[in-house]
Amino acid sequence: MKLQVRGVETFATTGGRPFVPEQPTIVFVHGAGMNRIVWYLQTRYFAHHGHAVLAVDLPGHGRSQGTLLGSVQELADWIPDLLDSAGVAKATLVGHSMGSLIALESGARHPDRVSKLALLGAASKMPVHPDLLEAANADDPLAYDLMMDWGTGPVGHFGRHPVPGISLISGGRNLLRMENSGVLGNDLGLCNDYQSGMESATKVSCPTLVVAGEVDRMTPVKQGLKLCGAISGAESQVIAKAGHLMMIEHSGETLATLKGFLQAG
Amino acid sequence: MKPKLFQFDTLSLHGGQRPDPTTGARAVPIYQTTSYVFNDSDHAAALFNLEQGGHIYSRISNPTVAVLEERIAALEGGTGAVATASGQSALFLSLLTLLNSGSHIVASASLYGGSINLLRHTLPRFGITTTFVHPRDLEGFRKAIRPETRLVFGEVIGNPGLEILDLKAASSIAHEAGVPLLIDATFNTPYLCRPFEWGADLVMHSVTKWMGGHGVALGGIVVDSGLFDWEASGKFPTLTEPYAGYHGINFMEEFGATHAFTMRARSEGMRDFGPAMSPQNAFYLLQGLETLSVRMDRHLANTEKVLAFLQGSEDVVWVSHPNLPEHPDHELAKQQLPKGGGSMISFGIRGGRETGAAFINAVQLASHLANVGDAKTLVIHPATTTHAQMDAEAMEKAGMTEDLIRLSVGMEDPGDIIEDLRQAFRVARKATGGAA
Repeated sequence: MKLQVRGVETFATTGGRPFVPEQPTIVFVHGAGMNRIVWYLQTRYFAHHGHAVLAVDLPGHGRSQGTLLGSVQELADWIPDLLDSAGVAKATLVGHSMGSLIALESGARHPDRVSKLALLGAASKMPVHPDLLEAANADDPLAYDLMMDWGTGPVGHFGRHPVPGISLISGGRNLLRMENSGVLGNDLGLCNDYQSGMESATKVSCPTLVVAGEVDRMTPVKQGLKLCGAISGAESQVIAKAGHLMMIEHSGETLATLKGFLQAG
Repeated sequence: MKPKLFQFDTLSLHGGQRPDPTTGARAVPIYQTTSYVFNDSDHAAALFNLEQGGHIYSRISNPTVAVLEERIAALEGGTGAVATASGQSALFLSLLTLLNSGSHIVASASLYGGSINLLRHTLPRFGITTTFVHPRDLEGFRKAIRPETRLVFGEVIGNPGLEILDLKAASSIAHEAGVPLLIDATFNTPYLCRPFEWGADLVMHSVTKWMGGHGVALGGIVVDSGLFDWEASGKFPTLTEPYAGYHGINFMEEFGATHAFTMRARSEGMRDFGPAMSPQNAFYLLQGLETLSVRMDRHLANTEKVLAFLQGSEDVVWVSHPNLPEHPDHELAKQQLPKGGGSMISFGIRGGRETGAAFINAVQLASHLANVGDAKTLVIHPATTTHAQMDAEAMEKAGMTEDLIRLSVGMEDPGDIIEDLRQAFRVARKATGGAA
């Protein structure tokens, strides 16, 4: 589905169903260097079960046009414009990693537009290892391998993707590689620079779920739980044996967790 | 900081598999079943809607086969793979996932004979045509591309001429035309060359050959790099437009370049054409794959010794192998195949067709059959077997001569292989009155 956000062509998948803005809407926000594809094992379920789904390519990512935005806050302020272009008054935001920061900031800055938050692979701060940052800024393929190594739990390194024939590590690596030059470096820079997570967490008033991977090395469980503790009334779920990329590596458990939260109440 | 991702040999043994969660079985279990019980109607609907991963019917996917697919995808550095009943069905699946009536292919003329037949004689009946170009004529590839061209196709190591296709150049030519490069990598395996690293977009194998290595199970596979932008190309409506055969799904929108090809190939091709690999065969092929690098090293070492023997034999007029400095593509081979140019040797026997036939009849250790890449040494006379259906023009284009013997060097003791060749030369010479 193509949308015009701030006059720029923006792409989002709708989970294989027509987008009906009157339905409860869920916006999925991807992480650094990635795009809408990371959500396909969650989006299609919700789209086929009474939700309007937008798994969006952030500006300059995937099939979305436009330039990369310069901060998590700018991206958070872009979300209401996305909702406007889709004709949606209020939506649940599901964000992963950098996407969780964008969702968190949106929830804090635009409470009237956000009905629920699900923050996956989240933390109030996301310092990035300097070697990864340097490689990403240089478009060095080393960055993709580091992302997949650190982003995947020990069992994920063996593979056995839930979808027959799909390679988890190579799939993720080439997904990152397909993005334009500079995208991963820009995104990791945004994560590295972001400092206001705890402050924003105190401003969130909507129902919130923090989902952590038990063996996440990029945003460790304790960081996710710390963030959760700062959000009034927030719940947390830890997915056993999951790494940072839990929506791919442990797609079924991630979907079940989201179903429990998003379909309740 | 170095990533700690599993390396090639580890992936050969473990890729795509964790011990069976139900039984703890260490080996990959053979899921010899046609179908899979749904938990409930929601679960069934979710599988059919591609809302979640899983298996429905073994014509489309199977847990044992899926391990093989994921393992080979990982070894090639691809995003996904679909295994098929044979190498030929992998090629057919690749082509039919992308092409329509009216599509055109530019292909190397030095291909497996079955592939040439498919492209030259069978597919034109369905409106898909091919222009063949000598694999060393890169400018010829460029010139052969037409507005309706949808694919460039070749082999890393040509069959039977053993020409080395310049993958970087061929991929550039394909990409300039907005089409992908499909490579049949059967002769090299990912241990010797990973075509995606050189710009190829899709790789297919007859896994019957070196990948399995034992000659007991047929199989094929197509692997997607996930790096070709079908949307930007604008030439592949099967991937970029809604597909009425699957609830109007748009594979690019839903799965992106990363998985669009694989998902379409499985959702349509495996469902409609039905070229499924049996789980039993997948199991056999996995056993072979576990030792791929070890076997390939032995194949290469034996090949070096056999090459030295053939080069010194007076019964041999010429020898062709990419490792030989006089091979026209030797320098290219050193780049693309740094471990070695595979274990296929082509040579011309003194005395031509008659002596060649006598030689084939005289080998005792080597097996005369229509296969390559077995652990056992194999010989064949292509002009009368694998490439016999080719007409004179195609034979010439493929660099075929009547004296050509194709040798697939096995893993036996190299001294025994050489002794067998030596005695077969002697018998052939005597039988045909040769005086070498």
